[in-house]
Amino acid sequence: MPAAWTSLTIHESLDALRSGAVTASALVEAYLARIAALDPTLSAFLTVTVDAARAQAAAVDERIRRGEALRPLEGMPLAVKDVLCTHGVRTTCGSKVLGNFVPPYDATAVVRLVALGAIVLGKTNMDEFAMGSSTENSGFFPTRNPWALDRVPGGSSGGSAAAVAADLAVAGLGTDTGGSVRQPAALCGVVGLRPTYGRVSRYGLIAFASSLDQIGTLTKDVHDAALLLEAIAGHDPMDSTSADQPVPDYRAALGQGARGLTLGIPDEYFVAGLDPEVEGAVRDAIAVLERLGARTRRLSLPHTDYGVAAYYIIAPAEASSNLARYDGVKYGPRAAGAKDVVTMTARTRAEGFGPEVKRRIMLGTYALSAGYYEAYYGRAQRVRTLIRRDFDRAFAEVDAIVAPTAPTPAFKLGEKTDDPLAMYLNDVFTIPQPLAGVPAISLPCGFSAAGLPIGLQLIGRPFDETTLFRVAAAYEAATDWRSRRPGLGGLS
Amino acid sequence: MSPEEPRITREEVEHVARLARLELSPAEKERMRIQLDGILGYIEKLREVDVTGVEPTTHVIPLVNVMREDEVRPSYPVDAMLANAPEPEGDCFRVPKILEE
Repeated sequence: MPAAWTSLTIHESLDALRSGAVTASALVEAYLARIAALDPTLSAFLTVTVDAARAQAAAVDERIRRGEALRPLEGMPLAVKDVLCTHGVRTTCGSKVLGNFVPPYDATAVVRLVALGAIVLGKTNMDEFAMGSSTENSGFFPTRNPWALDRVPGGSSGGSAAAVAADLAVAGLGTDTGGSVRQPAALCGVVGLRPTYGRVSRYGLIAFASSLDQIGTLTKDVHDAALLLEAIAGHDPMDSTSADQPVPDYRAALGQGARGLTLGIPDEYFVAGLDPEVEGAVRDAIAVLERLGARTRRLSLPHTDYGVAAYYIIAPAEASSNLARYDGVKYGPRAAGAKDVVTMTARTRAEGFGPEVKRRIMLGTYALSAGYYEAYYGRAQRVRTLIRRDFDRAFAEVDAIVAPTAPTPAFKLGEKTDDPLAMYLNDVFTIPQPLAGVPAISLPCGFSAAGLPIGLQLIGRPFDETTLFRVAAAYEAATDWRSRRPGLGGLS
Repeated sequence: MSPEEPRITREEVEHVARLARLELSPAEKERMRIQLDGILGYIEKLREVDVTGVEPTTHVIPLVNVMREDEVRPSYPVDAMLANAPEPEGDCFRVPKILEE
C-alpha cells in the first residue's frame, strides 16, 4: 500500500521501520512510485536521485538486518531544495546560469541529515536564487500547488513544500531569506520552520542575502520539525556565522502545552490587505490557544510596515555582491563568441539569469552605487535596527507572537508575474523576522471556502525555538487540520 | 521630486547595468527602468522614518574575526575544482583577453 506509507510523518515512519512493518527499501520505492505518478504534473523536483536513494535504502536495511541501533532519521526519504550543495548531484539553484553544476561537496545540513540515516530522494524546484514567492521564477518550470493545480505553491521553497504536501517526501529542507520556508508552508498546508539566524550552518547553501539566509524545514507536523532542527542545528567551523550555542532537546518541549505562556497579537499584522478568511482562521486559532491556557495581549510592532521597503534594499544589495561570482569562468555555461572578458561576463549573465534576478541585481547595484549608498542602503539598515527594537520590546513582555503567515491563500499561477511589487508585498508578514534575526514557524490553521490552506505564524525570541515548538505542538494537538488531504486535481 | 520626473533614468539604468556586468537589450532597459522606478517609489516610504541617531544593523549577531594557525591543510584537488568550468585548460580557467594590447 504505497499511499499509506507515504502519508506518514517521520516519527510514524520510524515506528514502522523499528517494528519491522516496513523496510527502508519499501519506503523509498513507495515514494519513488508516487513521484513517478504525480510529479510530471506537480513539478516539485528538479532532480530525482533514484539510484542513490535505492542504494542508501539498501544500506539502511542491511544495518537493520545486522541488528545495529536505528539512527534518529534512519531511512527517512527527504526532499532537499536545490539551493543546497549535494556532492556529485546536480545543483542548479533554479538557475540556468549554474546549468549542470555538480558540487564537489555537500552542504553541512545535508551531511548532518545523512549521517543520522536520512536518504536524499532528490532536489526540489525553487525560484531562481531563492528570489520569489511563487516558484514561478524558476529557470526551468513552475511548480503547482497540490491543493489546486492552477495555483502557486508559494516560494521560494515551493518545490519542497509541494513535495511534502503531496506526500512525495516525508519531509524537506528549504531556505528562508524573507519568508521562503514559511510562506510556501502556509500556501501548501504544511509546517515550515525558519530557525534563528545562526542556528543552522549555511555552509554549502548557495548565497542570496548572507545576513538573512537561513536553512529551514518543511514537515508534515511539528514533531518532525523538532526532530529535523535537532539534526541540523549547531555550530559548524565551516560557517563563522553559525552560533556556538548548545542545541536543546527540542522534542522535550512538544508535550509541555501552552498554559502559562503569554502570547502577543500585533496590531500591524491585522490590517487592510489581510484576506478576511485568513484573519478569521488566525483569530480562531488565537481563541484555541486561549482555551489551551495561554494568555494573550495586543501589542504593537510599529515599524512592521517598513519591512518590505528595507528588505528590498538590503537583500538585493547583498545579492548583487554574492551573485558577482557567476561570470562564466568557474562554472555554468559561458556565452559564446565574446572577444574580451567584460563582454563575455556581461553576456553570460544576460543569458543565464532570469528577469527577477536581473531586477534584483540592478536594484542592489543601484542602491550601493556612489551617491545613493547612504540614502538607500544606510537608511534601510537603520530602519532594520528599529524593526529589531520592535521585537526586543515585545519580547520583554510576551513569550511568543501570533500572526498570519501570508496575507492571502495561494494565488493563481501568472497572477502576479507581471507586477514585481505585488509579488514582493506577499511577504509583508514574513520579512520583519529575518531582518530582526528571530525564529518563526508556520503551521496549518484552517482552510478558505475554496479549500485552500491557511497558515498561522508563531514568532519567538532569538534561539528560543523551544517555545515555538511548545505552542505549535499544543495547537496542533488541539486541532485536526492534517486529516484533510490535498486533492491533487484528482490525480491520486 | 515631482511625479513627472523619473526616479531613475535610462542613462542610470545603462550605468548600473555596466557596473553589474549585465548586458541588457534596448527593450529590457526600458522595462527595467519602469519597474525599478516603481519599486524605488515604494521604497521611498523609508524616508518617513526618523532614523536620527539610530545605528545601522549590518548583521543580527555580533561577527568576530575567526583566526587559526597558518598551517597547510588538505584542500580539493585541482581537477575537482576545474570539473565545472566551461573552458578549463591545463590547471587553469581559460578566459578571453583581459588587458588591452
